[in-house]
Amino acid sequence: MLKQVEGSRAVAEAVALCRPEVICAYPITPQTHIVENLGEMVKAEHLTGCEFINVESEFAALSVAIGASATGARAYTATASQGLLFMAEAVYNASGLGLPIVMTIGNRAIGAPINIWNDQQDSMSMRDAGWIQLFAETNQEAVDLHIQAVRLAEELSVPVMVCVDGFILTHAYERVDMPTQEQVDAFVPSYEPRQILDPAEPVTIGAMVGPEAFTEVRYLAHYRQMQALWLIPELAEEFEQQFGRASGGLVHPYRSEDAETLVVALGSVNGTIKDVVDQLRDDGVAIGSVSVTSFRPFPAKALRAAIVHAKRIVVIEKSLAVGIGGIVSTDVRMALAGAGRPVHTVVAGLGGRAITQASLREVFVKAHRDLLEYLTFLDLRHDVVHREIERLESQRRSGPVAENILRELGSVADRIG
Amino acid sequence: MRTSHVKFYQTGTFTVGNRLLSEDDRSVQSTLERTNSLNSGHRACQGCGEALGARYAIDAAMRATDNQLIAANATGCLEVFSTPYPETSWQIPWIHSLFGNTAAVATGVAAALRVKGRNDTRVVAQGGDGGTTDIGFGCLSGMFERNDDVLYICYDNEAYMNTGVQRSSATPPTARTATSPAKGPEPGNVFGQGKNVPMIAMAHEIPYVATASVADVRDLEAKVTRAMSIRGARYIHILVPCPLGWGSEPQHTVRLARLATESGLFPVFEAEHGEITDRRLIRRKVPVEEYLSLQKRFAHLFKPELKMDVIARLQAVADRNIRRFGLMNGGDD
Repeated sequence: MLKQVEGSRAVAEAVALCRPEVICAYPITPQTHIVENLGEMVKAEHLTGCEFINVESEFAALSVAIGASATGARAYTATASQGLLFMAEAVYNASGLGLPIVMTIGNRAIGAPINIWNDQQDSMSMRDAGWIQLFAETNQEAVDLHIQAVRLAEELSVPVMVCVDGFILTHAYERVDMPTQEQVDAFVPSYEPRQILDPAEPVTIGAMVGPEAFTEVRYLAHYRQMQALWLIPELAEEFEQQFGRASGGLVHPYRSEDAETLVVALGSVNGTIKDVVDQLRDDGVAIGSVSVTSFRPFPAKALRAAIVHAKRIVVIEKSLAVGIGGIVSTDVRMALAGAGRPVHTVVAGLGGRAITQASLREVFVKAHRDLLEYLTFLDLRHDVVHREIERLESQRRSGPVAENILRELGSVADRIG
Repeated sequence: MRTSHVKFYQTGTFTVGNRLLSEDDRSVQSTLERTNSLNSGHRACQGCGEALGARYAIDAAMRATDNQLIAANATGCLEVFSTPYPETSWQIPWIHSLFGNTAAVATGVAAALRVKGRNDTRVVAQGGDGGTTDIGFGCLSGMFERNDDVLYICYDNEAYMNTGVQRSSATPPTARTATSPAKGPEPGNVFGQGKNVPMIAMAHEIPYVATASVADVRDLEAKVTRAMSIRGARYIHILVPCPLGWGSEPQHTVRLARLATESGLFPVFEAEHGEITDRRLIRRKVPVEEYLSLQKRFAHLFKPELKMDVIARLQAVADRNIRRFGLMNGGDD
């Protein structure tokens, strides 16, 4: 059914359609509306057969999900930013134990400086934690990916993060085609756990493992994610047959076949990128883009096949590996190993800075003319940075960097027209 | 206390003499039907109070639930000595997740059981004092506050023994640990620190809180049984001497547990909904020296010279417990 709906509400409804049995909630912007909506559905008994638990921290939220999942319940939670970091130990634990929990990440920057706005540093910080990470491009895809994620997680017994750009998607009202309960029931069967805490058949879950077996246990975690590389496209195909629209999969190429310059990105920014690609195509520039839906497992083969024919690659990244630059680009370079294609990193949209068509157009044109540097910070205020560097060099007690910069910029209100 | 209707004065303990009792009065551990939930073959040290406490507590919980029990376990000695294959000793469904999240994991187990309609299966969470009073305290308080249907058992050996005897918030004043060494003008752990988690549990007004010791395992069994008859958040705090960390003889584990209660240093009581309902009266009060002098962690109180002033401060702690909990005759029961 077509609806004009807030992203968070749409995600909550999609999660509810998957018949979760235990939901643990802790508030953190910008995922709050998702769990609020789910809480309301449980309280109003629109969502039945489900325990909604208000916990005292994100660490507890995922820990409750771990206990519930190990006892055979379909468990769900959502978080963002600092919350994901606060549960980091449990994030690794859930995947290490092989528990198919689904968690929404309302992608948000990580402090300090504290910042509630969107980038993808939070998910990136957990990229090696053994969770499958799927990035939604639109709210429709956010809905569809959650439904696929439950199936994917439970078939492989691997936890899945569905990453949804904070505010840009979570708080945006968009048209969403909401599936029916019958459709979702047909796609997501009831949960059959591979391991379960049951007095009838006692097992020890989470035993200590020494050097004699640790490598094998870890290898199998990798093996299961590699299985996802074929299961994700298979589920996307099945989803398309049943729901009548393409959603999910490993990568989405756009006007890429004959492109000389290809842009790679994760999440909602692909919408803006496609608009700029269209504009440049109108100007006769051979450019295209590829949206990476599955960041973990990283679809190296599929991505290589989609981009290797281009002369150059530009990766738009909403995260920063301080001390080296790009995070996604490192993986893209690995996927292109031996192909001899330059991969440019453009760090963009940090802490919610708008990624405008004008700015993207500028870097794409530069790249197309082979004038783009290997690492660029989109719309970086060089003057502001230089003055702060001067301050740092001229006085020992230069004070807090963020405070200095904000003082110099003045109030936001002063800068509005 | 409710189990003390038959006393074995000739031995000074409730733990022996089961054969003198009727079948119905015998302890869980003395019956042939005991489940041996924590089976033999694990790696605990000789004289381990925690292994003893866990064996009695979990078997009692098993009997109380007709063997329909799931346990969540914090990282720590109990987890480490009981799990690595082939020493895996748990005969019950058992999960270890992390050091600090055991109460939350147990909440999740309980929620799953409720949603699945398996109301006859119950949950026990267990951890050491570090996993309970320090790193797991946030999750523990959350579980209490929500009144989740979990019995949390803390096996308190008063320090981080698994990592090599470091101070926790349950370490008593003056005790030597690796991070509160017996050096300087005030050797060992300092006075005026630490937290009383049973009292904090009571402040959550949860249905049931009790303390117990491995010197009185009948009482321990009875408290676990009582706890399993109640729904909601429950907490049992068991003093479990640790020969390694306390520097005591393995054969003194039960004796030390008894001296801790008989001196007043470890008050044994029960509370319901935030109010103390019962306490174990001291039968023959002993001075704290009797307890302290058997442990190398307190050796600096006795050598090179006797520090009577410091011992007097510890005696004052015991005397305050006796007054506060009414541990001598004159209690209101």
